[in-house]
Amino acid sequence: MLIETITSVRILQLVSWVVFFPLIGLLINLVIGRKLGERLSGGIASLASGLAFVTAFLLLVSLNSNPEAPHVYRLAEWINIGSLVVNWDFRVDTLSVTMMLVVSGVGTLIHVYAIGYMHADVRLNKDPERYTRFFIYMNLFIMMMMILVSAESYLMTFIGWEGVGLCSYLLIGFWFEKGKDGVGNAIAAKKAFITNRVGDFGFLVAMFMIFLQFGSLDFTRVFAAGTPTGELGKWVVIGISLFLLLAVTGKSAQLPLFVWLPDAMAGPTPVSALIHAATMVTAGVYLVARSAPIFAMSAFGPDAVAWVGTITALFAATIAIGQYDIKKVLAYSTISQLGFMVAAVGMGAYVAGMFHLITHAFFKALLFLSAGSVIQGVEYGHHHAQHVDHHVEFDPQDMRNLGGLSRRMKVTFWVYLVGALALAGVAPLAGFFSKDEIVTFALGKHPVMFGMLLLAAFFTAFYMTRQVWMVFFGNARTEAAEGAKENPPVMTVPLIVLAVLSIVGGALNLPHVETLQHWLERTIHGVHPAEFSFVVAGVSLAVAFGGILSGWFFYGRKHWELGQVDPLKKLLGPVFTVFERKWWVDEIYNVFVLQPYKDASAILAEPIDQKLIDGTANGLGKLTGLVSRGLGLLQTGFVRTYALMIFIGVAAILGYLITR
Amino acid sequence: MTTAINPLVILLLIPLVGGLILWLIPASRKNMLRWVALVTSLTAFGTSLWMLAQFDADSADLQMVVKLPWMNFVKVAVNFEIGVDGLSILMVLLTTVLTSISILSSWTAVQEKVKGFMAFFLLLEVGMLGVFLAQDMILFYVFWEFTLIPMYFLIGIWGGERKIYAAVKFFLFTMAGSVLMLAAILWLGVFKGTFSVPELTNIFGLLPGTAWLLFLAFALAFAIKVPMFPLHTWLPDAHVEAPTAGSVILAGVLLKMGAYGFLRFNLPLFPEIAIKAAPWFAFLAVVGIIYGAATAFMQKDVKKLVAYSSVSHLGFVMLGIFALNPLGLQGAILQMVNHGLSTGALFLIVGMIYERRHTRLMSDFGGLWKVMPVFGTLSLVIVLSSVGLPGLNGFVGEFTILTGAYTSVAINYTLTAILATVGVILAAVYLLHMFQHVYLGTVTHDENKSLKDVNWREIITLAPLLALILWIGVYPKPFFALMAPAVNNLVALMQPYLMAVK
Repeated sequence: MLIETITSVRILQLVSWVVFFPLIGLLINLVIGRKLGERLSGGIASLASGLAFVTAFLLLVSLNSNPEAPHVYRLAEWINIGSLVVNWDFRVDTLSVTMMLVVSGVGTLIHVYAIGYMHADVRLNKDPERYTRFFIYMNLFIMMMMILVSAESYLMTFIGWEGVGLCSYLLIGFWFEKGKDGVGNAIAAKKAFITNRVGDFGFLVAMFMIFLQFGSLDFTRVFAAGTPTGELGKWVVIGISLFLLLAVTGKSAQLPLFVWLPDAMAGPTPVSALIHAATMVTAGVYLVARSAPIFAMSAFGPDAVAWVGTITALFAATIAIGQYDIKKVLAYSTISQLGFMVAAVGMGAYVAGMFHLITHAFFKALLFLSAGSVIQGVEYGHHHAQHVDHHVEFDPQDMRNLGGLSRRMKVTFWVYLVGALALAGVAPLAGFFSKDEIVTFALGKHPVMFGMLLLAAFFTAFYMTRQVWMVFFGNARTEAAEGAKENPPVMTVPLIVLAVLSIVGGALNLPHVETLQHWLERTIHGVHPAEFSFVVAGVSLAVAFGGILSGWFFYGRKHWELGQVDPLKKLLGPVFTVFERKWWVDEIYNVFVLQPYKDASAILAEPIDQKLIDGTANGLGKLTGLVSRGLGLLQTGFVRTYALMIFIGVAAILGYLITR
Repeated sequence: MTTAINPLVILLLIPLVGGLILWLIPASRKNMLRWVALVTSLTAFGTSLWMLAQFDADSADLQMVVKLPWMNFVKVAVNFEIGVDGLSILMVLLTTVLTSISILSSWTAVQEKVKGFMAFFLLLEVGMLGVFLAQDMILFYVFWEFTLIPMYFLIGIWGGERKIYAAVKFFLFTMAGSVLMLAAILWLGVFKGTFSVPELTNIFGLLPGTAWLLFLAFALAFAIKVPMFPLHTWLPDAHVEAPTAGSVILAGVLLKMGAYGFLRFNLPLFPEIAIKAAPWFAFLAVVGIIYGAATAFMQKDVKKLVAYSSVSHLGFVMLGIFALNPLGLQGAILQMVNHGLSTGALFLIVGMIYERRHTRLMSDFGGLWKVMPVFGTLSLVIVLSSVGLPGLNGFVGEFTILTGAYTSVAINYTLTAILATVGVILAAVYLLHMFQHVYLGTVTHDENKSLKDVNWREIITLAPLLALILWIGVYPKPFFALMAPAVNNLVALMQPYLMAVK
């Protein structure tokens, strides 16, 4: 009976509840959250996210028995003008349900973790009143992300797309009075929103082109339309895929729009884990996978996507090597790993890309949350240190200030190690399988791509080893690190769950079993699994171990001392400086984009608007005045005189008309 | 004339009667004056809802028409002819909503000469409603000019430091345009034998040269009012000096009179010319979008920033109008409403800040969200609505306009729409710049540390606008449904010319 019920196709109608549960959660917290107390407020938010996960799971079960995809359910009409018909339609297929499960699953774990984390964070930042607001934003994020992944049209996807961007803005700027000069976080938030808007510009233009070409924005109708014929149609499809790529580079932090993501680390750490690692930033990967039929029609659109992803993967990995901030390393690592995913979907390896999206969600969320655990553990040590002058700026995120934490924070250390090994691509952890699949595809695509991705993988293993050694091994380099202590179970239990997922996550799509492959094939047609190759797997494992060994060679043999120069810097010199200074990309944007826009605006606002345009208008007014004075007419400066003169003029015209 | 009691006539009479009652109340009874004005405006709002209930949304025709003989002008009959259709009904509703809100917002902000202020406000409402309801060109012109007088005094008496300069500038700019319009109206009426707009619609037999001149005469008057680049410089001055309620009405309704003029006169009276002029007006609209956004970014005064943002936002409206297709036109009308709500609300929050601190310079603020959490949250929603965030009203209008422009046969140049879309990025730049400097960061001035959060009256003032912002964003269907038949009718009227031109 129960089995019959949950496998029934009617279950799929529940899909809109993945949006409504978080909406209800945020409304409860918005109205009475502050009266509920921290535990209850955070609990309700976690429950809302959890119920969304349960709903998604029911959809999974039902969809498994009802494979005739896609199922579309209408909630309400939205815009209906002429041929533009866009509704609140939800789409249930294997791709959307997979995304829902990742978002709400990882999301719920992070909600629970945040109950503990934010308890300490609001006190550290001396504003406990803001606790509830955090969970309102988090539920809003889950809601928007669910709209993004369950939409049946590009326009509804775009609601979620910009909606999660808003949540990102709000959460990066959560402590909007903190950061450099008291506005650092606010500026980081603004930067994220505006950079994303540049990408969204691409999304909008792509939608205009899709609508003009296919006459609809609904996925079902667009994908059924077939390849446009003729030279113009060919170019339109290329245009669509390139503008979609622009959108992807914004949301998924790829070259050239990645610059906002490192700054986004200003947000509380659970935000970095959920939004800026596990879910929101993967929306671009989802968008390409969703638009697979369009990319399949496009001549060099997919190649452009693949190359952008590959170059970003390598580029960001080099920067991660030269960072000292524990979260910045992870941020650049995220950009790099997103590069792997984007490269994969560009190569047509949609399943491999989605596979890596899922495993990355596990281990990168794990790494960020563990980093948050480290930061709070060290903050605790800092506040309980006896001989520290508390007015001196102390940065608990600077890895040079840490060290030796493996003994003081045992759980955090072990789960961090799991996450790092999974990210480095050590078999049989989750990251190995998904990354290996991408690399295998790359070999079939282009040898340079293959080489670049392998190099990026080598750097990944290297910088993670560097980080683990700097944070957890050696001696505690500050009193704060000395006094660090482990966090309560509300934080460590979600870490352990994520660690388990990072270990076994590879089982989702084992070679020759290919569960995920068969699941996603129902939605994304014509994708073939990469032929598992022991040679490639061997090479990729060797690269991982090579990276770990080199990391140990530089950072493991000798303990890091406070104030020392990075050992790699001694060897590489200026090259390391390039990594350290992030290739000066922000500075380049400042000189070539921001400053010119400011200068141009200043010229438009003062000389042009006030002097030229307004001056001309006022000049005309004065001229009239002078002429009238010259003629000896009334020039009293009163409006009624001007009005009178104007009416005299009209009367003259009138007289002409009548007497003519 | 069909119904004995016509909602439109009553609607026009209510503010007039309210103004008379105010006149009888002693000037010292300030609270009584406020209450009478508020009740009057709310009654007018109620009457506009009655009109809405009577309105048949499936019909493209003028409804609730009243036509009474008035006078003769060179043997041509001038009638008191009013009516409402899909092009104007939302404007009428917007007027009654914003007038009530403006009066409520002036409760404590205006302490001097309350009687005159409220009286002028109700007279202004008569004029604005008349503009949207008039179907006779002379009557339209009378109402059009009539709105100038109360607004002139609202700026000139209750305004800021340079109020006289701003008031005179506002008056002269508008006057300069409307004089030519008057000449065009007289020409049309005398030579076509009627001043009735429905009768004049689709007039044939104009020489192309004459038609161009008449089109431009109307266009100049309306373009100044909108305002379109480069005729906009009166607007920032008028806004900065106007009292808060004046700015709300100025941006919310008076500017819409310009855009509405294009819809009511330029398009149906001269369809052929409108089609030929479309690429040029679309170009000017896009320049306005970018230019307004760039100059807004440089302003130090929040109110001036909002004023320049109007230049940018109204650029979208003009782009939609000259797309000359259902998408563009419906988007434009909706965006006229949206701009009235969002920018009206923006001026209200600027007014709330000003009432507390008597400054509007961004450098005098910072960190307000921490001091005034409720105000900060409400402001954020309003700012995001203006940014065009999907799920809020502005996005629905902008997206339909841009899609309309991109697919427009009349503009026939997709780059126009793409450039206009850049305005979406720039809107985020200047608005979030403002939000950061006023609301985020640390509290940099000691005076700001003790600011009081919004009170109940202020929340009630903003609440209807916020509700509409969300409603239109999530479920705009009823709004589009009201205008669709009239817009389709207008497009059908232009269709033969569109085929001929292309």
